[in-house]
Amino acid sequence: MEIYSALMDGLWIALQPHNLALAVIGVIVGLFVGALPGLGSVNGVAILLPFTFVINEATSDPAAPMIFLAAIYYGAMYGGAISSITLGIPGASTAVATTFDGRPMALQGNADRALVTAAVASFIGGTVATLFFTGFAPVLSSVALDFGNPEIFALMLLAFATFVGLGGDDIPKTMFSIFFGLLLATIGFDTISGEPRLIFMNEREQTAILEAVGGNTDAVPFFDSVGWFSRGIQFLVLAIGVYGIGEMIWTINASRYKVTMTETTISAGRIWRAIVGMKDCWKGTTIGSFLGFFVGILPAAGATPGSLMSYGVAKMTSRDPKSYGQGNPDGVAAPEAANNSASTGAMLPMMTLGIPGSPTTAVLLAGMVIWGLEPGPRLFEDRPEFVWPLIGSFYISNIVAVLVNLAFIPLFLWVLRMPFTILAPVIFTLSIIGTYAAYDNMYDVWLMVLFGFGAYLLRILDYPLAPAVLAVVLGATAEEKMRQSLLLSDGDFAIFYSPFYDRDGTGQEWWIAPVTTWIAVILIALPIILWAVRKMRGGSPATTETT
Amino acid sequence: MTILKTLTLGAVALGMAVTANVASAFEPEKPIDFVIMAGKGGGADKMARLMQSIVEKEGLASKPLVPTNKSGGSGAEALQYMKGVSDPDHTIMVTLNSFYTTPLRQPGLKVDNMAFAPIARMAEDTFVLWVHKDEGISDFDGFLKAVKDRGNKWVMGGTGKNSEDNIITDHLNEAYGLDIKYIPYKGGGAVAKDLAGKQIQSSVNNPSEALGFYESGDVVPIVAFTNERLPMFPDTPTLNEVSDKDDFAYFMQRSVVGAPGMSAEAAAYYTQLFRSVYKSDDWQEYKSKKSLMGEFMSQLDLADYWSTQIENHKTILKASGAIK
Repeated sequence: MEIYSALMDGLWIALQPHNLALAVIGVIVGLFVGALPGLGSVNGVAILLPFTFVINEATSDPAAPMIFLAAIYYGAMYGGAISSITLGIPGASTAVATTFDGRPMALQGNADRALVTAAVASFIGGTVATLFFTGFAPVLSSVALDFGNPEIFALMLLAFATFVGLGGDDIPKTMFSIFFGLLLATIGFDTISGEPRLIFMNEREQTAILEAVGGNTDAVPFFDSVGWFSRGIQFLVLAIGVYGIGEMIWTINASRYKVTMTETTISAGRIWRAIVGMKDCWKGTTIGSFLGFFVGILPAAGATPGSLMSYGVAKMTSRDPKSYGQGNPDGVAAPEAANNSASTGAMLPMMTLGIPGSPTTAVLLAGMVIWGLEPGPRLFEDRPEFVWPLIGSFYISNIVAVLVNLAFIPLFLWVLRMPFTILAPVIFTLSIIGTYAAYDNMYDVWLMVLFGFGAYLLRILDYPLAPAVLAVVLGATAEEKMRQSLLLSDGDFAIFYSPFYDRDGTGQEWWIAPVTTWIAVILIALPIILWAVRKMRGGSPATTETT
Repeated sequence: MTILKTLTLGAVALGMAVTANVASAFEPEKPIDFVIMAGKGGGADKMARLMQSIVEKEGLASKPLVPTNKSGGSGAEALQYMKGVSDPDHTIMVTLNSFYTTPLRQPGLKVDNMAFAPIARMAEDTFVLWVHKDEGISDFDGFLKAVKDRGNKWVMGGTGKNSEDNIITDHLNEAYGLDIKYIPYKGGGAVAKDLAGKQIQSSVNNPSEALGFYESGDVVPIVAFTNERLPMFPDTPTLNEVSDKDDFAYFMQRSVVGAPGMSAEAAAYYTQLFRSVYKSDDWQEYKSKKSLMGEFMSQLDLADYWSTQIENHKTILKASGAIK
């Protein structure tokens, strides 16, 4: 009851004209920032952080700046789906899974349905997460505390297990793709020891070369770029290369210069039918809303594994898993519900534990500190005048975001109606600008182009590329958590699979990590076991088995 | 006539003097690259973003500070980056003690601290030993006993390998014959959270990092690694008090440095800028709220301070066997 009245007060404040206006502006800004490849919520929030001082001065409402930033964050989560669907380029790592079915739907002339599905699923996911947030924030933050290094690693393993199912039937090629992504993820400085890895030229070699050419760096091609590998391979560089450049070359080649763009018509009737059609996506939406939130509240996991795992689970539990990747609306609903749910979830450890779960929440956290708030376990008790209006604004922003998004759908579809001869150069240009804008240097742009051509070659050879892209995103965290855990156990892997491994000398049992690990192992092994069972029964291996 | 002439000449001379003055004084011509030598969300990051916001709020600089986090390899990534920047006059960095320790540990990086421009030391952060309240430990002797009872299963979480936290842990192991296991994390926030969740048994977080869980009662301070008790924790003794043979105290600089090759004019400009930040009410309030110590220091004083600190760290790292 106490929560109810606090929430009503919060909603009332969030509905004040200035806060409502901030939410609308924030959502629109976020929507466009999220829709542009290369710019994501983190850019939008970071760029507009200083602007919030103006808001603070003007409104003297402690929650107003945060409402504005949270609205950008929300808007960007909705916007990420737009470029995934219309251009086939995920604007952020959280929207990679949305391309799997969103892009095929667009190519089949159902882009409007894909966009509506994404918007409505996002709304449901965001609202479910906000309800959880309202009711159980303190309880849930203690769940987050139970996830230490071995638990997070087990969760990452589970995310990798769902990849195996993503790449289609060719498991060896999927594994190759995962390992290639993991290899790319190791480039740069080792997070634990601080040693540079795979940077191709260390200081000593660089000095030796400089001496050999008499200090004339112009004599060595690309000398200035050498050492840039110490920055590591950024996710966007690979994603834009693969989905922007690689896909475009593939499309041009596959169509033999006669690209016919699918006509997309738009009418109020079609939009309405798409909204009604959401009832067929209840399963993906439900899985995404719950799983996304749960993964989102765990610090260090974030929305990417959440959306990915939701897609994987929706596919696994479907009666018709083959239809995934061919334009199944459920395959859009699951990751979109999940990434919105997870981004609300990620606010929870940020506010109650002071730990950012994603780069964007890190910037929001810094913002809160600047405004004199102390995120941590006492925030809810000490600063209710800040917390409840913010939670109230989550509800409002969600409603605003879905309405704004639906209203803009005709504009987004217009992009699809552009002739390919115009669209292709636009995508190439956006790819280059997006990469440069994200990291501010030409080295990453060249690398992006290189990845684009590499991706095209792998595509010809029928290698799935999504697992590589996702392995780059999750690889660094997975490695860090695994090595921290192994330091804890002196290299004993039992810390991951045995609940009886004594971590701290108190004889306490730890169940979360082993249970998660074993589920992941079973998921990886299941296809092989099923295949073996079929063989034993003497059935024909060509029989398509569904589980 | 002559008076007029003199006046005119005087005015011209004055005008020239003013122009000359303007020409020699440095003003940033483009946004200033503000490198943060740590990950997002940690103590250094929050502080850097506070500095940025004070500059913004008070309108102290004509061009904005643009923060970028370079946390890789205990600061190696940031140092490497600073060494190679093409425009040192527009590149500054917020730094900590890894400024000295990382180059000492990795001579291959060929980083010379003294080549950086000493702009400003904004504060010195302090370190406190924390344990979870459920351990039932109330004093340092109790801590020593608990650690010894647990054999090699006592885990200390800290930010980075061979970092400030690692140095303090090494000291405890060395001086008290303990076998504490040290696990490096990316940021102090994650360490604080894992201590509150009992994933690790102790930390040497800065007060600012542990404050939230201290106020909620999850973690308790055992000793402070300072010379005098911290005003915020008047009941927490210093290490020197509880162990009379041990006068170990350790501080972390919170400084702003300029990229190697920065012009003297630019360095003077930034020193002036951060002096204004230091004097602002917001900064002073933050300093007292987060239990920070240390006065403002810049230019030659700061360079001297660095020389002393580098020597001290050489001794500490040699003693713990981290370097030869």
